[in-house]
Amino acid sequence: MTSTLDINGRSVAVKAAPETPLLWVLRDELGLTGTKFGCGVAQCGACTVHVNGDPVRSCVTPIAALEGAKIATIESLGGQHPLQQAWVRHDVPQCGYCQSGQIMSAAALLAQTKSPSDEDIDNAMSGNICRCGTYQRIRAAIKDAAGLAAAPVVAAPAAAQGNGKPMASKDIDDDIAAASGSTGRGAGR
Amino acid sequence: MSARFQKLLRPRDVSRRDVVVGAALVGGALVVGCSPADLMSAGSKVEPGAFGPFIQIDPDGAVTVLSKHIEFGQGNHTGLAAIVAEELDADWSRVKVVHAPANAKLYANGGMGIQLTGGSSAIANSWEQLRKAGAGARAMFVQAAATRWNVPAGQITVKDGVVGHASGKSAGFGELIAEAAKVTPPETPTLKDPKTFTLIGTDRVRRKDSQSKSDGTAVYTQDVRLPDMLVAVVAHAPRFGATVKSFNGDDAKKVAGVVEVYEIPTGIAVVADTTHAARMGREALKIEWDEGKAETRGSTAIAQHWRDIAAGKGPADLKWEAFESKGDAAAASAGKGAQVFETTYDFPYLAHATMEPMNCVAIVDGMKVKLIHGSQAQTLDQMNAAKIVKTLPGSVEIETLFAGGSFGRRALFQSDYVAECVHIAQKVGGGRPVKLVWTREDDMRAGFFRPLVHHAVRVTLDKDGYPATWRHRIVTQSIMKGSPMPSKGPDQTAIEGTAGSPYLKATPIVDAQLALPEGGVPVLWWRSVGATHTAFVMEHTIDQLALKAGKDPIAYRRALYAKAGPEAARHLAALNLAVEKAGPAPAEGFTRGVAVHESFGSVVAQVAEVRLVDGEPRVGRVVTAIDCGVAVAPDQVAAQVEGGTCYGLSAALYGEITLTDGRVDQSNFDTYRVLRMNEAPTVETHIVPSGNPPSGVGEPGTPVIAPAVANALLALSKTATSRLPFVRAEA
Repeated sequence: MTSTLDINGRSVAVKAAPETPLLWVLRDELGLTGTKFGCGVAQCGACTVHVNGDPVRSCVTPIAALEGAKIATIESLGGQHPLQQAWVRHDVPQCGYCQSGQIMSAAALLAQTKSPSDEDIDNAMSGNICRCGTYQRIRAAIKDAAGLAAAPVVAAPAAAQGNGKPMASKDIDDDIAAASGSTGRGAGR
Repeated sequence: MSARFQKLLRPRDVSRRDVVVGAALVGGALVVGCSPADLMSAGSKVEPGAFGPFIQIDPDGAVTVLSKHIEFGQGNHTGLAAIVAEELDADWSRVKVVHAPANAKLYANGGMGIQLTGGSSAIANSWEQLRKAGAGARAMFVQAAATRWNVPAGQITVKDGVVGHASGKSAGFGELIAEAAKVTPPETPTLKDPKTFTLIGTDRVRRKDSQSKSDGTAVYTQDVRLPDMLVAVVAHAPRFGATVKSFNGDDAKKVAGVVEVYEIPTGIAVVADTTHAARMGREALKIEWDEGKAETRGSTAIAQHWRDIAAGKGPADLKWEAFESKGDAAAASAGKGAQVFETTYDFPYLAHATMEPMNCVAIVDGMKVKLIHGSQAQTLDQMNAAKIVKTLPGSVEIETLFAGGSFGRRALFQSDYVAECVHIAQKVGGGRPVKLVWTREDDMRAGFFRPLVHHAVRVTLDKDGYPATWRHRIVTQSIMKGSPMPSKGPDQTAIEGTAGSPYLKATPIVDAQLALPEGGVPVLWWRSVGATHTAFVMEHTIDQLALKAGKDPIAYRRALYAKAGPEAARHLAALNLAVEKAGPAPAEGFTRGVAVHESFGSVVAQVAEVRLVDGEPRVGRVVTAIDCGVAVAPDQVAAQVEGGTCYGLSAALYGEITLTDGRVDQSNFDTYRVLRMNEAPTVETHIVPSGNPPSGVGEPGTPVIAPAVANALLALSKTATSRLPFVRAEA
C-alpha cells in the first residue's frame, strides 16, 4: 500500500499505512528529521509543518488526510529564510529542539501578517512550547524578520568594546572585571 | 548538582569503600591498585591528539575544540571554544566545537572526578584547563615558526590564526601544523594578561550552533538513523517499584513492523522497524504487574507525612540532622507573642519535561558497546552499560549528541533509560543498532522528579525588627541517599541555600535541621537543585518578616547583609544593581517583588513586576543582576538568565506532579502545564563587574523568580504564599 504526498514541492510515494501520523512518515520513512517529536498530542508544536500554508501539528495528522495537500517542512525554508537569519542574529536557540516548530509557526504568521503585533505573535506562537525559555528572543527575531522594532540584538557593554586597548587600572582583577562587561542586555527584547 | 556533590566526587575524597563500590559497578571486574579514573577508563582506546585532548587543528588551519561537556542549551560550547580561541589567538570564525569522546581520565569534570556535565560547572571547571590548553598549543606554533624562520620565539606574533614576524614572514596554523605538532608543549604555558583579551567578555562570543538549530540540521538522539536500526518502546509499570509478573506479547507481535517483544528489568520492550509500529505494538501487550513492593501512596498522603514529621509527629526512628546551629537552640523554640513569626511551605514533585523525551541509541555486539545519545554523565553511562554486558567501562564507546534539554534529567547514577536501551540492544544482539524512544507520557511518568519538600520556619524578631532566633526544619526525600556516592553528613542537595544563607549569618541564634524520610518515588536534581525550594523559603520569609517589622523589604535586606558581614557583599552589590537598573517605579498596573539568591557560586538579584490576570499572576518586566565572576560570553549569560527565569517561573506558576494511589496523574503538556509565549516575561540582564574566576550561569537564574513573584503578590494583596505552584487545578 502506498500513498503519494506533496512534500516540499516534490511528489513522494510513501509506504506507511494511511492512519500513520505525518510526523513519523517524515522522520522515519523520509528522513526529514528537522521536524521533531515532542508530545504526540498537538500540545507542544515541535512537529509543526505547513499544510497548504497553514501551521499544522504533524504528530496528530494522519497522512490519509493529506492527499493533494501541499506539505512544507523546516527543510523547505533552505536555511537562509529571513526568519532563520533573524534566529541566528539573535542567537535564539538554546537546546534547539523546539526551534524548527517555532520557525514554522512564525513563518506561517509572517506569510499571513506582514507586521504582527505582540498580540498577533502571542496568538500565533502560544501553541509552541520552549522549555529553555527562549520566548523573548523568538519575539525579537520575529519582529526583526518582519522589519519591525529595530531593537539592538545586544546592548554591547562599553567596557567590552574597549577590549584590546591598554587599560589604565593596575589591578588585574579590575581589568578582567572590565573585560567581562557589566551593562545590560535584553531590554529591547 | 550541588557544590557539595562535586566535593564528594573529588578524587582525593574517594574512599576505599567508594572504590569498591565503583569496582562493583564495573561488573565484578575488581581492579586493585588503580586510581578511580584508571578504573573508570579501563579499556578505553581514546587518545589525545598532538595538541592535547581538547584541541584539533586541521591542515587548512581550522580549529576544532573538543568539549568534555554536553551542550543541551546552556551555551557552554560557545564559551569553552572562546576560552581556547582567546589563548590560542585563533580566528574565531574558523573555530568549531564538537563533543569529546568518553574517557574519565582525559575528560573528567575537575571537581567530580568523572565525566559529567552538571552543577553549572562547565565554564568554571574548564577556565584554567582550556586557557592552558590554548596557550600551550599557541606556544607550539610559535616555536615551530621561530625554528623555521630562524628568529627568536619572542619576536613571533599570533593573530587570528596567523603566525607572523616583523620581517614580513607569516604562516597560517595549517602551514605550520606538521612542525608544531612535534614541538614539546611548555609545562606551564604563559597565559594572557586579561587586559589583552580580545574575545572573552565581548559580544563577538556568539553561539556556534544557532544555524544548525535554526534550519533543522542539528542532530539529536531522536534523529539518529542507522542501517538496519530497530526502534524500541517499553511498557513500564504503572506504579514505582512494581515489576512484571507475567505478560503476553502475541498480539503485539502481530502488529505490522513489530520484530520482537522482550522482558527487561524495567518492563516489556517492543522492538519494531519504525517508531509508529513499536508504539502500536505496545498497545497490544497484555501485562500483569507484581505491585507487592510498589509505592501506593498518593502525593497528598506523602506531603501530609512530611508535614507530620516537621511537626514532631514522625516515626521515632527518623533522625534529625542539624546543619546550621549557633547559640542556644532551645531559645529558637522559645519566645511568644507579637515578635514571633511562624509559617510552613510545601513544594510539589516537579518533572523536568525536556522538549526531547528521554531516548538512546545502543549497539551491543558481544562485549562491545557503543552508545549514541545526549550523554550528560558519560562515565556513569559507561559504568552502567559495562555492568550489564560485563565489560570494562572504558570499552563502552559513547558518541555524545546534542540533547533537547536536560535540566538535570540526563545525569543519573542509574543511567535509567540508557541502561534500558543497553538491555534491549543486548537482547537484539549481533551489533544491530536499537533506538529506544520514550513518548512524552513515558517521560513524564518515569519519576526522577524534583522531590516533594516541606519547610517549617519559626523566627523571633528583636526590638529593632530583625531576626533574633531562627528555627528551621526541612523534610524531603534524599537525592543522594542510596547512590554510589552517599552524602557524608546532611544531604547538601536538600539544604543548600538555607545552609549558608546570609540571613542565618545575620541571626544570633539558629537551629536548622533536616529529616530525610524514605519514599518510593524516584527523585533527582532539577535545575538549581536545593535552591528550587530554599531560595523561595528564605526570600519569601524575609519579605514577610519585613512586613511584620514594618520595614521596606529592600532596606531590610541591606541591613541583614550588613549584619551578615563581608560574605554578603556580593548579595548587596547584586541587589543594588538590580534595584538601580529597575528604576523608580514599575509599569502601570504592576507591583514589584524583589529576591536575591546565591547558587553555584553566582549571586542573582531580581526585581519582578507582577499583576493579576484572571486571578493568575502574570510577570511583565524582570530586571536581573548577576554576579557570575568573569562573564566569558556575556550574551549567553543573558540567555541563561532569560531561560532560567522562564524555567523557574513555569514551575512556580504551574508545575506540579501529583500521584493518586501511587500513579502519576499527569501525562503530557495538557495536564502538566508549562509557560508559553503569551505568559513569558521580558528579562533584562545586568552583569556585575567582577574579577573573580567564572562561576555558574546555567542554574542560578532559575530559583529567584518564584520568591520575587510571591513577594510582589505579598505587596499587592498582603497574602503570603505557603505552597507552590501559584496556580493549581483545584484552586
